Amino acid sequence: MLQIALGLLALSAFAGFLALCLEVADAYFADYGECRVRINEGEKELVAEGGANLLSILSDQHIFIPSACGGRGSCGLCKVKVLEGAGPLLPTETPYLEPEEIDNNVRLSCQVKVRNDVKIEIPPELFLIKEYKVRVVGIRDLTPDTKEFRFQLLEPDTISFKAGQYLQVNIPEYEGCDEPIYRAYSIASPETKREEVTLIITRVPQGIATTYLHDFLQEGDEITLNGPYGEFYLRESDRDIFMVATGSGLAPIMSLLYKMADEGIQRKTTVIFGDRTRNDLFYLEELEALTQRIPSLEIIPTLSRPVAEDRWKGRKGRVTEALKERLKDGDNTEIYVCGNPAMVESVEKIALESGVPGDRIFYDKYA
Amino acid sequence: MEVGLSAFVIFFAAIFTNNILLTNFLGMCSFLAISREVNSSLGLGLAVIFVMTWTSALNYLVYYYLLVPSNLTQFRYIAFIIVIAAFVQLVEMIIERYSPVLYVVLGVFLPLITVNCAILGVCLFMIIRDYNFLSSIAYGAGGGIGWTLAIVAMGGIRQKLANAKIPKPLEGPGITLIIAGLMALAFMGFSGMIQIQ
Repeated sequence: MLQIALGLLALSAFAGFLALCLEVADAYFADYGECRVRINEGEKELVAEGGANLLSILSDQHIFIPSACGGRGSCGLCKVKVLEGAGPLLPTETPYLEPEEIDNNVRLSCQVKVRNDVKIEIPPELFLIKEYKVRVVGIRDLTPDTKEFRFQLLEPDTISFKAGQYLQVNIPEYEGCDEPIYRAYSIASPETKREEVTLIITRVPQGIATTYLHDFLQEGDEITLNGPYGEFYLRESDRDIFMVATGSGLAPIMSLLYKMADEGIQRKTTVIFGDRTRNDLFYLEELEALTQRIPSLEIIPTLSRPVAEDRWKGRKGRVTEALKERLKDGDNTEIYVCGNPAMVESVEKIALESGVPGDRIFYDKYA
Repeated sequence: MEVGLSAFVIFFAAIFTNNILLTNFLGMCSFLAISREVNSSLGLGLAVIFVMTWTSALNYLVYYYLLVPSNLTQFRYIAFIIVIAAFVQLVEMIIERYSPVLYVVLGVFLPLITVNCAILGVCLFMIIRDYNFLSSIAYGAGGGIGWTLAIVAMGGIRQKLANAKIPKPLEGPGITLIIAGLMALAFMGFSGMIQIQ
């Protein structure tokens, strides 16, 4: 018995010794020292501890490369041009790269380990995606279940975005959620207003993020956002514009309209904004004010289920019906639609039927 | 027989007459799993050769200079496995540092090797058969080469087999086991050459 115990003890000591050796080896072999990452010919230079992958080094330094899988090498989105120091192309990358991309030194940044100084090239708009520390400076009820949040940017203190893009709000741990999560919300404020952004957020019953934002977030609180993201921005052309929104889907549309007003864009524009009852509609005064600034703008608010006390004299029915009625010259029209996915899909269907080419229908689905 | 010569004989015997895979049927799991094509078989085989040669040397030292003096020989199974595991970890680190491509190629195989019974088998046989240090290394290297030979041959056969009509129930592991049996029979043809115990 004693012998077995002693034997086990000796063996454990031996195993411990080996583990120690491995630790020492790890400290020696995995130590690559400080590595420099030169971005776009020295436009920016990062210094980071070597050994980690490029994607995480960049995101640690607040350069956010789009990635859906979180660095496991299974989505193929985090492509970056690495000009020098990437090491050989790995078999884990080749399935995601086209031959011409390989010729152009494009790599998957999650698979490239930074072991020495590297030179990379990334699209400049990725620089614009940043993490922002912001302070809540205004919370206003727009409807019984929709609030307008105004955030003042603290660090960095200004933001550049294209009207129509969205931000991700970092919801910290709170009693309804034990790990931080991200949710995307469109920016409703004009792109010229760079030191403050407005988000419009509708409460989702039992929603983790909206519950936090509606019930826990107070004026004066500080949270973090990141972005901007998205391809929902105003395209340059002379075509007529139809903008269709329901509920908080009006947010990016507001930003687009402010841009048109600020830049004096005089395209024939029809905004169809709908919800159930008068209480659900918001920003009607703001929209009215915008028609003063954009003479070619027409606003069509519509209610699908008006109640008696609304005394609603405006249009009744769904946004899709209004669109069907108004959309005539499909070939000369761009459609911008934002709201719940079912509405977006039916709008897309109507637009296609009316002869609007598919690549002129731009949408943001609020899932 | 002279010591040097016997090491040489053991080396060849381990490859052909006493092939650890085809006469002892050790290391079958990775043999069946990774033998679908020649390239990956070769990758795994090379990793096995490397690890087997080194761990037989290391485990020889551990056994005769650590376990025997402290009268702990009954713990040799655990001790050998620990040494193999630690060595594989170390090799993984070194490869990751100095050869990223090899790391990705061997990446999935190295952890597999830790639990490859052929490696433990070689270490145990060299103790049971009372090999000296040189013979043990020769046995480890030969065992690894023999194992690689068998898995690469299997990889080649299975590649050809991809175009063959195989009865449905026998597809995959079934036919592979039958082929392994036939290969073992073929390797028995070597047995007249040399014999080791």
